[in-house]
Amino acid sequence: MAVQSADDLPEEVRSWIGQERYSAKTEFPIEMGYVLTTLSATQNGNPLYWDETVAQKLTDGPITLPSMVSVWFRPHDWSPGRTEPAVALQLHFDLKDRLGLPEAVMSDNTIVFHEPIRPGDQLTTTQILYSVSAPKTTKLGIGRFWDFGVRFVNQRGELCAEERYTGFGYKRDEREGASG
Amino acid sequence: MSTELLLGEVTLGERLPILEKEVEPVTVVLGAMASRDWRPQHHDYKFATEHNGLDDIIMNTPNLAAWFERYLTDWTGPKGRLGRIKFRMRDSVYPGETMRFVGTVTGIEKLDDEVGWVDVEIELSAGGKLCVGCEARIAIPRTAEANPWKLKGDDWKP
Repeated sequence: MAVQSADDLPEEVRSWIGQERYSAKTEFPIEMGYVLTTLSATQNGNPLYWDETVAQKLTDGPITLPSMVSVWFRPHDWSPGRTEPAVALQLHFDLKDRLGLPEAVMSDNTIVFHEPIRPGDQLTTTQILYSVSAPKTTKLGIGRFWDFGVRFVNQRGELCAEERYTGFGYKRDEREGASG
Repeated sequence: MSTELLLGEVTLGERLPILEKEVEPVTVVLGAMASRDWRPQHHDYKFATEHNGLDDIIMNTPNLAAWFERYLTDWTGPKGRLGRIKFRMRDSVYPGETMRFVGTVTGIEKLDDEVGWVDVEIELSAGGKLCVGCEARIAIPRTAEANPWKLKGDDWKP
């Protein structure tokens, strides 16, 4: 992936490009409770996740929904000793802060799936900034696009997934929506 | 669900069965909580409307990803194994709207003697607007005995 950035970036932000940051372990072992709640929320009857016999036959035991990969690195909203709510994708929030762009939406999100994630797994994630655009004007306001990614590795060192995001941080000047 | 789709049954340009789901507030909130997304625009009407300038609380992206996965595996059956998925967010999905998933097969490719790839483009619309464009690549078996989930390491090239 070619590393690029706008010419007018603060030096601190420029130094983040291409660097692995926020290496972190998931806060709890992967478990099926969230999987079942997600299946319920999406009314998904896939027997791979509901029927242990099917799971044993197809995947040698239970696995989690591949599309849930980002769920496992979202921090608790509160935990002992924490003075402010932690946020997932800290890199995204750092960019908002350092670039003075209080609002942000995600426009593109690509996930590539590798080794299935199983209950009991402990994942390690790292966040990498790939690029930051020059200032752009969109219907949401004036801001910048940034591309960054997250790699997910399990306790055996196997790559489970790679996720890429395009975010747009902006200063709001009219009401328009986009999913967060 | 008892479908077990085989690669030979898929044709280029084929339309997947349409999925429609009416979005209620609980659809948004349950999906956000299931995906550990505590951000207020997914459960707090006042924050969503007054701070974010939205019309209501909105479906969150990680839960929409799970909806796309459900749409795909409803079609393929449990042997369908997602390799890659890409979203482009266009607009928000609000309570009171009906989500409509429409998928089209855009590519078919042999991976090995037992498994093949199918590329699918999906449009999610709601409230008469296109909300999310999605490109997905999913592995399905070529024979009744084959199983994409058994592929590991270099044999799995998503």
